[in-house]
Amino acid sequence: MNAAKVVNINAQGIYYRELNESIHQAVRNGQKEIILEQVNGQRYIADGLSGKDVKITIHGTAGNDLAAFMDGPTIEIFGNAQDGIGNTMNAGKIIVHGDAGDIVGHSMRGGKIFIQGNVGYRVGIHMKAYQDLYPVIIVGGCAQDYLGEYMAGGLIIVLGMNNNGSWPIVGDYCGTGMHGGVMYIRGEVKDFQLGKEVKIFELDSKDKKNLELYVREYAQDFSLNAEEIIKERFFKLIPYTHRPYGKLYAY
Amino acid sequence: MAKVPIAPDFIVERDKDKCISCQVCCRMCSNDAHVYDRERDQVDTLSGRCVGCHFCENFCPTGALTVRQNPSQIRQNANWNQQMLTWVAKQAETGGVLLTGMGCDQPFPIYWDHILLNASQVTNPSIDPLREPMELRTYIGRKPDRLELAGGSDQGKGARLKNKLEKQLVLQTPILFSAMSYGSISLNACKSLAWAASEFGTFYNTGEGGLHRDLYPYGANTIVQVASGRFGVHMEYLKAGAAIEIKIGQGAKPGIGGHLPGEKVDEEVSRTRMIPVGTDALSPAPHHDIYSIEDLRQLIYALKEATRYEKPVGVKISAVHNVAPIATGVVRAGADFVTIDGLRGGTGAAPTVIRNNVGIPIELAIAAVDSRLRQEGIRNHASVIAAGGFRTSGDIIKAIALGADAVYIGTAALVALGCHLCQRCYTGKCNWGIATQDPFLTKRLNPTIGARRLVNLLRAWSLEIKEMMGGMGINAIESLRGNREALRGVGLSDTELKILGIKPAGEAW
Repeated sequence: MNAAKVVNINAQGIYYRELNESIHQAVRNGQKEIILEQVNGQRYIADGLSGKDVKITIHGTAGNDLAAFMDGPTIEIFGNAQDGIGNTMNAGKIIVHGDAGDIVGHSMRGGKIFIQGNVGYRVGIHMKAYQDLYPVIIVGGCAQDYLGEYMAGGLIIVLGMNNNGSWPIVGDYCGTGMHGGVMYIRGEVKDFQLGKEVKIFELDSKDKKNLELYVREYAQDFSLNAEEIIKERFFKLIPYTHRPYGKLYAY
Repeated sequence: MAKVPIAPDFIVERDKDKCISCQVCCRMCSNDAHVYDRERDQVDTLSGRCVGCHFCENFCPTGALTVRQNPSQIRQNANWNQQMLTWVAKQAETGGVLLTGMGCDQPFPIYWDHILLNASQVTNPSIDPLREPMELRTYIGRKPDRLELAGGSDQGKGARLKNKLEKQLVLQTPILFSAMSYGSISLNACKSLAWAASEFGTFYNTGEGGLHRDLYPYGANTIVQVASGRFGVHMEYLKAGAAIEIKIGQGAKPGIGGHLPGEKVDEEVSRTRMIPVGTDALSPAPHHDIYSIEDLRQLIYALKEATRYEKPVGVKISAVHNVAPIATGVVRAGADFVTIDGLRGGTGAAPTVIRNNVGIPIELAIAAVDSRLRQEGIRNHASVIAAGGFRTSGDIIKAIALGADAVYIGTAALVALGCHLCQRCYTGKCNWGIATQDPFLTKRLNPTIGARRLVNLLRAWSLEIKEMMGGMGINAIESLRGNREALRGVGLSDTELKILGIKPAGEAW
């Protein structure tokens, strides 16, 4: 058993299978902190990994399907993340000091994904909450089309920061098929950007409390000023029916 | 305009001499087809409510009830039959999509009934399975390209296999139970399947509804499914099964998603699927992380990585026009087995028009996929499991001779549990306690008895397969697999024979 408190792995030129095996090996050996250097798109990092107190730090670009099916660990990425991070994740936290690609948090059921920059298409698709499992995605920048598609539960916050106004905060078809959960968008969303299952509301006091709770945590992770973020006007997007497809059939 | 009445599909006849007005039928029928009239002390039947499940007929204490097809006929018309009129009337009334359960019931050709098996005569001896060993054991999973041996004498004695073999599922008979989710069927039905699979040494499949707590002990005989809704999918679930199946499509509804209505999501279903009580469980049509073979590979390997390469990962697709090239893509994406679900594959709920009009028969799909995988030299990279409408052991042995490694049975398994194919699974009112979550109905299905009946079915079919193999002089199912010389076609066109890769009956080797 390795007695060192922190495991350092240089991922340069290492095939993903080997890299992931050394991560799983380290966790099996009881290691709690792993630092990966020179990560360059290796896929499936920390897939299926469990352990609430495990912390993985990634320097470089994390590849597709990072933390898929993950159950507990915290991953901090100093760099960008590619597509599909947090796929069907159950618990844990991913912090990205950069941008992330498409389908962030696909079908995620619990845990948090905090992204400093922008994200791609179909982020938060089919997220679902269950009892004390409550998934949260916070995007610091903007999101592309189909944000929160089929969303069934959980929370998505888009802050639209570092945006000179050239990009819309969210793309088109936002919340298409949404039938649960909530989105808070910092800034205006136009009706034409929304899927037909969603409506725009003002935040009530409960929403504001919820928003503040998560934004404070986010601000702390990225050393930002939470008050500055919260003072802007937010809008709430929720589905207007929990049964969008309830009246389709001839019974 | 006067409302067009929909003629009842069935007429329930009550023999007045036998009926003792005990009202058992009134309590039995979940569709309220039997009604007691207190004033007349008489039980009446509203035939329009009867779905034809025959439960009352089976359990009437005095045998007073008979359920018949309604003999009332519309004017004969080769184009518009009674069913079509009923459909139009129903849709004119509701404006909704017609739903149905079970596999396609339309009169498309059933190729099994046009394929005949061979048997030994004079020139090669047949084998008596009652006295000689007969091997049905089947291994599902990737096989090596070649076997490398090390050590041993010149004759090979004491040699050791050098290859590291991939994980395999070991089946004592080439028959598995199809994916049927908890939610679409009752927990008692799931238990029956799990217990039978575990007793007989085969596998059942969870479908996409997660795995109920009570079923975790049968994990060694469970294939856990990952579908587009990802309901109840988490690490404990993935680790619980012996293999993982990614569901892309289903024979009854190729290309579309699923939809478990909120009414069926009770406490237990909610806990297993991990969604709140009463919410619709929507399974999108595509997996949103899979838009290509490369993306499929990514999910296959995400699952392999998550389970540390300890479980075979398969992919289920429905038999569509391009099934052969798609299947090779699936195999090249790294699947350890490919499940192909044909036109007649069952369902708990599908739009009728899709079930009846989309996909291709499983017979042609098996032949096309097996041939294509052989042509590309990758047949050993994955096993092929065929599904969709196997009615007898004869269908199964023909499927194996066409090139399937094993078959999934769903409808046949449910029929063993009491299903009478009324096709109303989607209503959740199954009188037989199968496709329902109503505790009053589910308790009618005793899983101990259910499991025994399923084991009986597997035993009977396995004996028959051995008998047919023995007749052909074959003592291992392995020697029959893809052995299309064992098959001959009758009443098939040249094109059909070519696709099936079999000779017409009457043509010798």
